[in-house]
Amino acid sequence: MNRTAIAAIYRNEMARFFRTLAQSFISPVLSASLYFVVFGAAIGSRIDEVEGVSYGAFIVPGLIMLTVMTQAISNASFGIYFPKFIGTFNELLSAPLNFLEIVIGYAGAAATKSMFIGIIILITSFFFVDLQIAHPLAMIAFLILTCISFALFGFIIGIWAGNFEQLQLIPLLVITPLVFLGGSFYSISMLPPVWQTISMFNPVVYLISGFRWAFFGVADVPIGLSLLAIGGFTALCLLVVGFIFKTGWRIRQ
Amino acid sequence: MPTILSIKNLNKSYKGGFEALKDVSLDIEEGEIIALLGPNGAGKTTLISTICGITMPTSGTVTVAGHDIVTSFRAARSMIGLVPQEIALEPFEKVQNVVRFSRGLFGKPRMDDIVEDVLKRLSLWDKRDAQVRELSGGMKRRVLIAKALAHEPRVLFLDEPTAGVDVELRRDMWEIVEQLRVDGVTTVLTTHYIEEAEAIADRVGVINNGEILLVEDKDKLMARMGQKQLDVQLSAPVDEIPEALSGYDLTIGDKGRTLIYSYDTKSDRTGITRLLKDVADAGLKLRDVVTRQSSLEDIFVSLVSPKGEEKQ
Repeated sequence: MNRTAIAAIYRNEMARFFRTLAQSFISPVLSASLYFVVFGAAIGSRIDEVEGVSYGAFIVPGLIMLTVMTQAISNASFGIYFPKFIGTFNELLSAPLNFLEIVIGYAGAAATKSMFIGIIILITSFFFVDLQIAHPLAMIAFLILTCISFALFGFIIGIWAGNFEQLQLIPLLVITPLVFLGGSFYSISMLPPVWQTISMFNPVVYLISGFRWAFFGVADVPIGLSLLAIGGFTALCLLVVGFIFKTGWRIRQ
Repeated sequence: MPTILSIKNLNKSYKGGFEALKDVSLDIEEGEIIALLGPNGAGKTTLISTICGITMPTSGTVTVAGHDIVTSFRAARSMIGLVPQEIALEPFEKVQNVVRFSRGLFGKPRMDDIVEDVLKRLSLWDKRDAQVRELSGGMKRRVLIAKALAHEPRVLFLDEPTAGVDVELRRDMWEIVEQLRVDGVTTVLTTHYIEEAEAIADRVGVINNGEILLVEDKDKLMARMGQKQLDVQLSAPVDEIPEALSGYDLTIGDKGRTLIYSYDTKSDRTGITRLLKDVADAGLKLRDVVTRQSSLEDIFVSLVSPKGEEKQ
């Protein structure tokens, strides 16, 4: 394992994150604050409680998940697509490191960045709502797993994408709707029965539900199912990464 | 000198059946500078890309200091530095950071004094804190070389290093390559510029249609294949070649003031002595006599032209 190379990639990616601090950090925090103002204060003031939790606090896990998933995907996909776009990807291919090390460097940095942003939003939420975390260790574990799995997913998108349009395609057309319809701002039980059934096919429901359980001890689906969903998604991403590693798909002719 | 890079029966075919490399075999000695000449699409970049790990070989083997590029890719690649044809650099990063990144990528621990030395050798030290996008095209090319040298490679590949750069920078590059030779770095460069190969290479390889047509010591090649010309400059112009000189392969140049005689340097008798005597006997007065060696370009053209390939 070429640890020095992994560290070099990781440091390089993190340096970009801190170099573009406004874009990387202030922007998601501002968005999250706006959600708190609009959903928490304006709309939330007309909703008493959801599952025994104040609406302002109820949306915190969903908001963190929403941000973490989109940030992990965008950071990882852009992180690996950018070298492809500017032509420095060949340097990675000619260096003495295998694809797994490239994945660890890029996806690891993207996961760290998204987790960093997730924690910042969590801290921000304390300024807006009264919040207590029922299962802090489970919350951290869910956060880490989500960051890693979605960073892997973003990495796959970055490898697959042939242009910037494709890079945005899946996050915009697939992930955003799934996250919004995954119970970020509401409980699935608030939906009509038919939509509750349809929602059960949305994998993001399980992730947000599990994360919300870690906060409040209440969930839309059993915690075991949530763990299975996040574990399964991580395994699926690893399988695809393994396939790319073995075949050189989209990376090496 | 021991062989540092050994290519044996290397083939590379792409989907659709296009054969970019056909049974290429080549041994490169440690410390030498070898220039690979060839027209566009000849397979130069594919050859370099395959050796460096950017593309995978279809068949054949390549070893770097005995390390196979597929089975011992870590050891092989850590000895190789690549300066790509296209300027590919992260535009918003500082010069010293991109060089440091390359060193790390090749598994070498951070050593700022080595990065400093490389930047100084390439006259980039003053620009170390500048963003890459602020540099001129020539400076960016230097950064590419600095990146390739950051991990102290033993073999350096320069893919068209002076394509599109001005004459001054080209000469600077040649000096850099010469300095690398002093440091013991083996250099393989591809180029369109025959002048470049002529100026700095020890050996010249000619590649066309994915095949190595020849690899030979540059001076020997020029001596072996070089035609020489003798320009017999006359005091008074002539309208036609005198009858007495009709037995020679002569052409008239410079509006009748020069008789041009082509001869083969390989032959035992060049015919020059007899020609000069016959010129004098024909009543022509000599003003000067000049010989010219045919350039590597002439040799290259003769090799890659269909007629030349037949000759091979």
